[in-house]
Amino acid sequence: MNNIRKNRWKDQVFKIWGIFCTLIGLVLLVVFIGDILIDGLTRINWDFITNLPSRKPENSGIYTALMGSIWILLLTTIIAFPIGVAAGIYLEEYSKKNRLSGLLEINISNLAGVPSIIYGLLGLEVFVRIMNLGASVLAGSLTLSLLILPIVIVATREAIKAVPSSIKDASYALGASKWQTIWHQILPASGGGILTGVILALSRAVGETAPLIVVGALAYVPFVPQSPLDEFSVLPIQIFNWISRPQAGFIENAAAAIIVLLAITFVMNGIAVYFRNKWQKKWK
Amino acid sequence: MQKIKELVIERALLASSLITIAVTLGIVLVLSIEAFQFFSEVSIFDFFTDTQWTPLFTEKHFGILPLLSGTLLTSFIAIAVALPIGLTISIYLSEYAPRSFRKTIKPILELLASIPTVVYGFFALIVVTPFLQQFIPSLSGFNSLSAGIVMGIMIIPYISSLSEDALHAVPRSLREASFGMGATKLQTAFKVIVPAASSGIIVSIILAISRAIGETMIVAIAAGQQPRLTLDPTVPVETITAYIVQVSLGDVQHGSLEYRTIFAAGITLFVFTFLLNTISYKIRKKYQKKYE
Repeated sequence: MNNIRKNRWKDQVFKIWGIFCTLIGLVLLVVFIGDILIDGLTRINWDFITNLPSRKPENSGIYTALMGSIWILLLTTIIAFPIGVAAGIYLEEYSKKNRLSGLLEINISNLAGVPSIIYGLLGLEVFVRIMNLGASVLAGSLTLSLLILPIVIVATREAIKAVPSSIKDASYALGASKWQTIWHQILPASGGGILTGVILALSRAVGETAPLIVVGALAYVPFVPQSPLDEFSVLPIQIFNWISRPQAGFIENAAAAIIVLLAITFVMNGIAVYFRNKWQKKWK
Repeated sequence: MQKIKELVIERALLASSLITIAVTLGIVLVLSIEAFQFFSEVSIFDFFTDTQWTPLFTEKHFGILPLLSGTLLTSFIAIAVALPIGLTISIYLSEYAPRSFRKTIKPILELLASIPTVVYGFFALIVVTPFLQQFIPSLSGFNSLSAGIVMGIMIIPYISSLSEDALHAVPRSLREASFGMGATKLQTAFKVIVPAASSGIIVSIILAISRAIGETMIVAIAAGQQPRLTLDPTVPVETITAYIVQVSLGDVQHGSLEYRTIFAAGITLFVFTFLLNTISYKIRKKYQKKYE
């Protein structure tokens, strides 16, 4: 009898410990965001968004970094979206089980685990030096595109896999070719899932710092890029630069810029979750 | 006509997927060519045995050990934080928590993983270090302790989410059999479910370690930039990744020996994470079909 009571007691203790650990994660998230809001919220105003970087913290703004991030986001989407989705379609619909498909699979899984800074070294050598693009927005976007490619491919495959085979069979029965079936049936049906994955991948690209530093993105850029071959900065690098400065005013700036960056990432995550929920209901 | 179109499309799709192979080849080639040139000037024996790393000073030493120790120290602290908490969360969510609670809490925890790492770096330097200094007065402004702890918080969701998926995939019948024998939930969790899901849990831990070793911004901001062969978590250290950032921020001539050091450091990092990723892939493939 005693033994049973002891086991039940242990069970309860673990349950409380489990709740405690789960809440720690949540509490940290709240403390974290709360602290940054307290440090930076008073600093955010229209001038902060539209001012150029400056030596004086109170005059500094994030305009060039924010525009750089938007450039990076657009170009990365243009490059990574078609290639990633095309590769995902190939692997899911065309590729047969052979050595090539096995190699592609293990390779993509490995690429997903390569540290982002290594992609930076690749970009530095291939895009900046060999292709002679310099430390441009285009070189940065190409580097980040390669970085998020595995995420886009995996998301595309998952979304396509979830389309019921009855839809495919019906399309073939009506005499549609393979590509007609993919283009008119499978892609519209899996679009929500693909979009979710792409947006999540892009939200990761917006927050990336290390590969862009290696590629040579600047911390101080007094102008907005006019073409893909211009030099640039992005929000995370601006934040990194402000954190590394001793004056307290820059720390406040860093916190304010973090609020803007977090707002962008959370909005993108929110949109992704919205698409996922909307799309999941479709097959029920 | 239709047939040609189909064939062209198929080839284009194939080409897209082959780009991923090109990326891997590119990484391996770029790293090994630059590293090869580095090792033609610096002996590989010195690289692995010299206890100093001072390529940017006048008196140059090229021993990777201080960078390696910095990387392993911060990663170890991170895993020491993330493993117990992450595993407990996964067991709690899978075995104890009501379904609705699990469904709301998981995406919120995953938010932790979507926060840009530069933000975590800020948190470690501005909040965690001053907080810890109240208890450890000798704690330096840059140290591996707070960088490691914050990195641990960041990777909690990697362990908790993937492990929870593995625990959740264990068939109900195993749980029912265990309950039927009179076991409590705790006994069932640790003696039946966790062993049954062990391969998935191990995969999640390996991926978390690989993530910690490759993490850059947190350590570049909060752990300092002083290569030092030490296990003391209270002093500044430098990781492999932080060194690459330090050199990239400076003005180093392309083709110089200093420039090549970042590729030598990079290939060391790549080999480590490549081994970890391959092991986890093998485990995943081997046990994937266990309960299907």
